[in-house]
Amino acid sequence: MFTNIPLEYYLGLSAVLFAIGAVGVLTRRNAIVILMSIEVMLNAVNLTFISFASYFGDTVGQIFVFFVMAVAAAEAAVGLAIVLALYRNKQTVFVDEVNLLKW
Amino acid sequence: MVLFEFVFYMFAVVVIVSAMGVVFSKKMMYSAFSLLFTFFGMAGLYVLLNADFVAVTQIMVYVGGILVLIVFGVMLTTKITGVEVKSGMIGKFQLTVGAIVATCVAIFLSVMYMNVDWMTSKMNIEVSSTTGFIGFGLFTEYLLAFFVAAILLLIAFIGAAKIARRK
Repeated sequence: MFTNIPLEYYLGLSAVLFAIGAVGVLTRRNAIVILMSIEVMLNAVNLTFISFASYFGDTVGQIFVFFVMAVAAAEAAVGLAIVLALYRNKQTVFVDEVNLLKW
Repeated sequence: MVLFEFVFYMFAVVVIVSAMGVVFSKKMMYSAFSLLFTFFGMAGLYVLLNADFVAVTQIMVYVGGILVLIVFGVMLTTKITGVEVKSGMIGKFQLTVGAIVATCVAIFLSVMYMNVDWMTSKMNIEVSSTTGFIGFGLFTEYLLAFFVAAILLLIAFIGAAKIARRK
């Protein structure tokens, strides 16, 4: 069915997406944008799982995607709660202005 | 099948452009809405890869749950007057280092992906629906991991409510 598109195309797309997300995590200073970039990176990993599962003809990779999604949901909830608490206490969401633990 | 390739390239362009919109746009709300298109494009790619149930779950969990959560986070952490909506970049030095690191990651991953001879099944397996296989796997071999994930979600949501609540 998908013989026209080789597996490497999906993998390359996933690598590009992962790199874009890494740029966001490394260069943005807004904590919520960093959380969004992490979601992009997790989606890239999910794409790798699903393309391998599909080309190998097995559904175990799709089961692992569910666990990644569960952890992503937990991470987003806790991360946004921390950002809200941070905003309430320090009136900022910029990660470079939060340096209480900086030595 | 030319149509199949066309659909793949279309979704790939949508996903990459909107992911760059997430990372590089100056306003947080634009980032959040670009993320919407990224999630929908990924769901389309999942459908192309014969993963129908995962595609629907992607839309329900990411678009219906996580994106709404993120939009609420954006709205709750910006001033009402809208002065503070912008989100800047960090300094030039960090920008350069981040770009170099990300380029190295992309090149490393791409070279590795292209050079390894991945083990794929030669026959075309025509699966009508993967939902049954996923359910069977979740309740037999991966039952413990399934329950651990459920308890993790419960703990995380209780903790999130506890952290975010006003004292």
